Amino acid sequence: MSDDNHSEDQMLNTTSTEPAVTGSVSVHEETGAPAAEAGLDVSRIKQDFPILQRQIFGRRLVYLDNAATSQKPQCVIDAISDYYSGYNSNVHRGVHTLASEATSAYEDAREKIAAFINGDDPKSIIFTRNTTESINLVAHSWGRKHLFPNDEIVLTAMEHHSNIVPWQLLAKDVGCKIRVLDITDDGYLRLDQLNELLNEKTRLVALTQVSNALGTINPVRQIADAAHERGALVLVDGAQAMPHDTVDVEAMGADFFACSPHKALGPTGVGVLWARRDLLEEMDPFLGGGEMIRDVSFERSTWAAVPHKFEAGTPSIADVIGMGAAIDYLTSLGMENVRAHEQAIITYALERLRELPFISIYGPRNPEDRCGLVSFNDVDIHPHDLGTVVDRHGVAIRAGHHCAKPLMTRLGLVASARASFYVYNDMEDVDAFVDALYEARKVFGLPTT
Amino acid sequence: MNPTMSGLDDLYREVILDHYRKPCGGEALENPTIEVDGHNPLCGDDLRMQIEIADGRIKKLHIEPQGCSISVASASMLAKQIEGMTMEEALELKTAFQGVLKGGDWPEGIDFGDLEALEGVKQFPVRIKCALLAWMTLEQALAQYCPGAIGMVDEDRDIEIHAHTLQEKTEEPA
Ligand SMILES: Cc1ncc(COP(=O)(O)O)c(C=O)c1O
Repeated sequence: MSDDNHSEDQMLNTTSTEPAVTGSVSVHEETGAPAAEAGLDVSRIKQDFPILQRQIFGRRLVYLDNAATSQKPQCVIDAISDYYSGYNSNVHRGVHTLASEATSAYEDAREKIAAFINGDDPKSIIFTRNTTESINLVAHSWGRKHLFPNDEIVLTAMEHHSNIVPWQLLAKDVGCKIRVLDITDDGYLRLDQLNELLNEKTRLVALTQVSNALGTINPVRQIADAAHERGALVLVDGAQAMPHDTVDVEAMGADFFACSPHKALGPTGVGVLWARRDLLEEMDPFLGGGEMIRDVSFERSTWAAVPHKFEAGTPSIADVIGMGAAIDYLTSLGMENVRAHEQAIITYALERLRELPFISIYGPRNPEDRCGLVSFNDVDIHPHDLGTVVDRHGVAIRAGHHCAKPLMTRLGLVASARASFYVYNDMEDVDAFVDALYEARKVFGLPTT
Repeated sequence: MNPTMSGLDDLYREVILDHYRKPCGGEALENPTIEVDGHNPLCGDDLRMQIEIADGRIKKLHIEPQGCSISVASASMLAKQIEGMTMEEALELKTAFQGVLKGGDWPEGIDFGDLEALEGVKQFPVRIKCALLAWMTLEQALAQYCPGAIGMVDEDRDIEIHAHTLQEKTEEPA
């Protein structure tokens, strides 16, 4: 990951309304660990997030459930409230000033997200509610048209339920088959089995770019090439990738790419589907109604052009505009810096967790193969109990099956705890988290060595 | 913050941890009347329950709990408390206990035994479902065995439990 994009210019020009990017590396006083702030000025970033002022049971909030949804900076909150208080109006249907302001803010956001994932054509961006809806849209509008009995869809053992269930529903309807690429015990895809799994019946490979339960970063390009060789298309679930690293849908070889901006500092209520324009052109609509038609009579209707064909009804206008502000914020931080920051944090977190003999860690050992999250268990404490205890120390982590039950079964687990980091987390947060794990041992009367 | 202030001491009382470490009802039944699997899809906790019924009473009960300390302890306390009860008494205890967790007072005239130690769960609303899994599973088991008894069953469930009876034997008439 190069960090040459935080040029001196950028450093000198940071103003208080812009997120902080610095080139300095500081050392955490207590632990002596190198602070992750190489590239990001986390103490300034923290100030942009009003929720981080909250106290939880008298403690500073240490929010480590970012893989579920991220917190929102003030600029995103403001963008939403500015829309409602300044130019609230429906989009694409009105000649008055407010309608034209709202429409252009909405369409600007489409251009921003297109540029952010390097999908050069904004018309290839469809706004949905979330990743789940984006994948369902593809299963419905592409799958029903192109899949036939005995065709095959290849998934991986580490998929989120939202990249499993839509395909199961489709498979049941059209009679196609689902095949699964297994993983190794330490959480890598079994690429050695890929060629065996793909064949002339494979129509689609749907895989996650980054695992929400293990943190594994998958070699999407390599898999996409293998799929394309067999004439199959590739859907990439980018829910855990887009918030944390530079994403390039063209370079990764995706035909469809789904993500959830609410995990990337944006509001809930808006999801993104990017797809190759030619695919979108010939796909059938998803939902029918207003905004998605060209002409309607009682005999027949014709569809609006892409992307509007897939955006029936009034969209989540404020949230789309809020998403645009989130993208601006991330862009000014620099996604290379975000990735470098999370690498430093996860490296330190893994180091600290490995010091604890009562903790088992799942997923790749090498921090470079991971995004900024770690799944683990205390060998003596159920993850829900662990979650409850650390919460009382202000630390928010996730406990459960992470919507990836087949993966948990594959790993022989019922549940795990998960800590996931983002731009406003620092080494002190890791320390507070590890301290809270010790506290849990005490509550349960268990030894800490 | 010390554990008392944070409510953790109230939640993880010694009695609860004792039940968690060594649950009651460990011995599998030779002749179960009902076998049921309770599952809480929200958190993945599982509970297998075997009940032997004779003369309208719960003669023996066996549990195989898999879950957090609260759900295991609650199942263990259930096993300890309801052996020997009639089905109606057991359901009455369930309804009363559920009422308490939902914020009610401990009603007079009902012996809750160790269950009183679960009072602290009230301060942890997301964990109430953990404490209720065993009781919902019991209710399902009895409902399937004896639909008539279900006049007593509280239909207003705030948690979703999937239970299915694995095996059901009708009692020989005495
Ligand atoms: C890998 C992955 N895919 C899909 C999803 C679903 O996202 P959403 O709930 O926003 O549809 C998530 C988030 O929970 C995820 O982590």
